[in-house]
Amino acid sequence: MKMTIALATLAAATLTAGIASAGTMADVQARGKLNCGVTGGQAGFSAPDASGAWHGMDVDYCRAVAAAVLKDPNAVTFVPTTGQTRFTALASGEIDILSRTTTWTFSRDVDLKFTFAGVNYYDGQAFMVPKSLGAKSARDLNGATVCIQTGTTTELNLAEYFRKNNMKYDPVPVENNGDVQQKYLAGACDVITSDGSDLASTRSSFKDPQDHIILPDVISKEPLGPLVRQGDDQWADVARWTLNALLAAEELGITSENVEKLSAGTDNPEVNRLLGKEDKLGEMLGLDPAWAKRAIASVGNYGEIFARNVGDKTPIGLARGQNALWTQGGLMYPLPFR
Amino acid sequence: MNLHNVSWVRQEMVLPSARPAGQGGPREWMRKNLFDGWLSTLLTVASVTAIAWLIVAIAPWLGNSIWKANSLAECRQLLDGAPGACWGVIRDRWPQLLFGFYPADLYWRPVLAFALLLAALAPVLFRALPSRTLWFSAVYPGLAGWLIWGGSLWFPVAVYLGFAVAAGLFASTARASQGLGLSVAGLGAALWWVYAAQPFSSAANAVIPIVLEAVPSREIGGFLLSIIIGVTGIATSLPLGILLALGRRSGLPLIYMLSVVFIEFIRGVPLITLLFTASLLLNYFLPPGTNFDLILRVVIMVTLFASAYMAEVIRGGLAGLPCGQYEAAEALGLDYWKAQRLIILPQALKISIPGIVNTFIGLFKDTTLVMFIGLLDPIALAAAIRANTEWQGIYWELFIFIGAVFFIFCFGMSRYSMYLERRLKTDHR
Repeated sequence: MKMTIALATLAAATLTAGIASAGTMADVQARGKLNCGVTGGQAGFSAPDASGAWHGMDVDYCRAVAAAVLKDPNAVTFVPTTGQTRFTALASGEIDILSRTTTWTFSRDVDLKFTFAGVNYYDGQAFMVPKSLGAKSARDLNGATVCIQTGTTTELNLAEYFRKNNMKYDPVPVENNGDVQQKYLAGACDVITSDGSDLASTRSSFKDPQDHIILPDVISKEPLGPLVRQGDDQWADVARWTLNALLAAEELGITSENVEKLSAGTDNPEVNRLLGKEDKLGEMLGLDPAWAKRAIASVGNYGEIFARNVGDKTPIGLARGQNALWTQGGLMYPLPFR
Repeated sequence: MNLHNVSWVRQEMVLPSARPAGQGGPREWMRKNLFDGWLSTLLTVASVTAIAWLIVAIAPWLGNSIWKANSLAECRQLLDGAPGACWGVIRDRWPQLLFGFYPADLYWRPVLAFALLLAALAPVLFRALPSRTLWFSAVYPGLAGWLIWGGSLWFPVAVYLGFAVAAGLFASTARASQGLGLSVAGLGAALWWVYAAQPFSSAANAVIPIVLEAVPSREIGGFLLSIIIGVTGIATSLPLGILLALGRRSGLPLIYMLSVVFIEFIRGVPLITLLFTASLLLNYFLPPGTNFDLILRVVIMVTLFASAYMAEVIRGGLAGLPCGQYEAAEALGLDYWKAQRLIILPQALKISIPGIVNTFIGLFKDTTLVMFIGLLDPIALAAAIRANTEWQGIYWELFIFIGAVFFIFCFGMSRYSMYLERRLKTDHR
């Protein structure tokens, strides 16, 4: 019976092959669902809860895109991807957008033929060591055993940093995050290295967090952001400007609570433009005027998303730091809606 | 002969006399089995120390088990610094570990499918049941697929009708030639499945709609996924393996070459490569927009993988038969298929039982590899559960639970194979 479905599908595929795809946005709208690639589980960024609903920063971004494009923040199919499968899943069309703590690098953008929509989290690679090791900076780690997740930029940064500083290390490659924690706590390695946000959340889950310190050195830049396939500019625009809408909303003081009231019209023309009261930004994007309003109403502005998932009120407890708006000393700089 | 000529006949049995002192009893048993020489004594002491050390290490952890907690932090608070297992994660997440993201109000469907699986397997596994209950085993795959994925009941019916089409065509053409009959039947069934099955099921559904709410494959996970892949793989890899094994021993060069190439290619490639092919590479070859179910792709790959190994196991069984058996079958005037069915295969399969079950168990455990292509098998779900802030940092409890469930299945299979070997034992060793 299984084989028959395969045959039937193959046949159906051959029949429909003639119809060229009209662009990702048309595909998504025809399907009525956004396929969003996320991590199979990273605290604060994407993880399913007991009822199977996904939560996290990366998840909220996809919900915002779905709200903008499909008018329903729940019209998302979350596809768990691994570090190895994520790019092929996007390139092959299995997913429409990849929102999976992915670092924006030259080769991924240029060589792998993707388009990054922007940065939704500025991270940097750091080290965590037990206090008892006595290390005060990354320079003290010569000869250390380092647990590291495979298939990530972290792996490459680590090698480069140690080579640059003429130090030696002993890598212990591990497949996923939970195993990294376990190995570290079991003493299989002296050091774990990962993005700072990841280390902070890992540390918060330890039984005795005060016995571990995150070293002050940040050895890499990790601008994490959502990405789409290259060559579909309309879809890339939707991805980019949805992210910018969430950031601009924070800058302009639009929240999920007051968005309904503000959308009736305000004195601030930029707010009016963003929420579809003035000009026709939505139409230029191929959407309706209320696209950004729906996105903000469904998940809140960037500040709300941050506070809900990883902020200092959550167990992960990250400070805004570099991820604050540019007006507050951070790097988040929403592009103008004009 | 007269009984009275015999001077004395014992009328009752002699009672067994007591064992000589110092033999028998627990002390003797220990001396014989545990402390027989210095090497044995040393090993006993070492093993007892190891076991005691394990118990001392694990007992307090297990003894302090906490079930009623909704997060790891709560567990730690309740334990107050003492070591202890936090089984609250299992209590909180067991439906997810069993069913993945399957809609909670529809859990009865996979549960019913599983119960029916046992009913369908019973006549196949145990001889005590009348063989006419086998019809249910034949209907079961379609029924289970319908229960788990939902949709219209007419689709599996349409698929089954394909077999009826094939049987009808075979019956009407086989008189001319069996080979012709087989090809016509295969072609007819394929045409039915590709072109007629879908319209038929839609038409029938329009007349009498019998529809269950459809559940997409993405929502199927946990042990449900492992069992779907494992059971389908096991059920289909055995017949495929038999055909491949026969093909490899065939005298026809084309069939022989095809079988050899297939078996050697599949055995030369790791399963994970095939899974990556199924999940990623196929997407490039298939036209964009094709929705070729991922679980189906994985099941096909796992089945192909297992059938190559199965073929070699069965070939071992075939090679183990003395050639007198083949000659006897020919001497009886049986044709090839009859000889295989009545004489060769029953004996060859019997010899291969341990190897076959070995492959089955391996296949079932290999289903956890699908986590690498982003399917949510129990291991991947464990990783996802640990990514929640409530359960971040939990580790052993999840793996112990998953390991225990896998153990139950694999141990069951292994016990069944031993039962089967005993049942089929015909020699008088």
